[in-house]
Amino acid sequence: MQQSNGYVIGFAVAMTVILGGILSFTAVSLNERQKEEVALDTKKQIMLSVLPEMSESPKSEIAKVYDSRIQVVGIDGQAIDAAVLEKLDISKEWKKLKKNQPAILPIYKFMSKDGSSVESYILPMYGYGLWNDIWGYFALESDMNTVKGVVFSHKGETPGLGARIGDKEVQDRYIGKKIFVNGELKPTFMVKGEGKTGLPDYEVDGLSGATLTAIGLNEMVDRYLNQYKPFLEKGASAVSMAQ
Amino acid sequence: MSTETVAAKKSEALFSKRRKAIVTDPLDDDNPVTVQVLGICSALAVTSKLEPTLVMSIAVTFVIIFSNLIVSLLRNAIPQRIRIIVQLGIVASLVIIVDQVLKAYLYDVSKVVGVYVGLIITNCIVMGRLEAFAMANKPYDSILDGLGSSFGYAWVILVVAFFRELFGSGTLFDIRVLPEAYVNNGLMTSPVGAFIIIGIIIWVQRARNGYVEEA
Repeated sequence: MQQSNGYVIGFAVAMTVILGGILSFTAVSLNERQKEEVALDTKKQIMLSVLPEMSESPKSEIAKVYDSRIQVVGIDGQAIDAAVLEKLDISKEWKKLKKNQPAILPIYKFMSKDGSSVESYILPMYGYGLWNDIWGYFALESDMNTVKGVVFSHKGETPGLGARIGDKEVQDRYIGKKIFVNGELKPTFMVKGEGKTGLPDYEVDGLSGATLTAIGLNEMVDRYLNQYKPFLEKGASAVSMAQ
Repeated sequence: MSTETVAAKKSEALFSKRRKAIVTDPLDDDNPVTVQVLGICSALAVTSKLEPTLVMSIAVTFVIIFSNLIVSLLRNAIPQRIRIIVQLGIVASLVIIVDQVLKAYLYDVSKVVGVYVGLIITNCIVMGRLEAFAMANKPYDSILDGLGSSFGYAWVILVVAFFRELFGSGTLFDIRVLPEAYVNNGLMTSPVGAFIIIGIIIWVQRARNGYVEEA
């Protein structure tokens, strides 16, 4: 059966319009719900860097803990405006950082249960792995030196290789590492190769087969810890003075 | 690709022998994965755990059945000269809908399978069924064909995922089943493990059915 050109073109146009309409309707009607899920997931990732035992808890519960125990401040130590915070997108701030433009660098303070002291400082990070974006939350103990826990996530690293930065087993390698060596900032560095033991405090066992992802990861950690350096140094000296 | 038309008699029973064969053939003798060797990409990629595999199976089932139905309904209206792009448009739209729904309601799973859900568009099983069956058969038969093909795909990847998760992580649906002392087999968590298991399935199946590839 051979149809006329007009029919073919008409069919194509009609199909485009109908499919386009259906798709935009789906996207618009699900948009709200997707945004909620993303926000919940971000809260979950932040919380898991300090409370890994909550990984199995429902997200609503994690969000509750987040709302009651997390305070967000800027790099100057001042609270960030709620309106700014709501729109804050770490990936957009990262793009500004890359262009050496001033960016908002939030610090998520994890407060003790009674809210009197800070248990942990969580630093959000964003960067580029091998194939696509990677990001993470880097939690420091209240001494602003020891790593309490990290959470990394990624958009499209190779499953089984680079994607392992999302595995808890790999992230746990960071726990207990130090970021300051003799008062100098030395961002924890993931080494090449895997299975090494007895590494110094500023080195982390690497991922075999995922060296390029690890390089991206190291760059991200390095860039952000350096950005947060003023805050960390001020905090660290305050802590050491108090001792 | 050749077109298979199954001659339909008028006023045929809802589950006649011929229709049963449409559903059951792809489960075994004409399995899309093990016999036609289609859809291998996703069969390797998503099968490291059972949960994402199940979601992937449901997504593929949804896409195959509905694209088969829609294409079959439109089979006489679709211009022959642009039929491939029309099929692709329909498949792609269905896949995007699945992806959006997953993002809204099963966010954690969508983070794992998200990339591969998009790749359903290029899953040869979907396009293969449209070209070979839905373009030439009635809607009801096409739905049955979609069911058969997607279940044929689903059982294979679920079996692969079962063994990969069991030996690779010692769990099933993230619930620990092997004792803690079991050392996880890293080979199983990598796609190579899936290759080996699919190979074994194909071997067992062909040994049983006596199927031999035509030269």
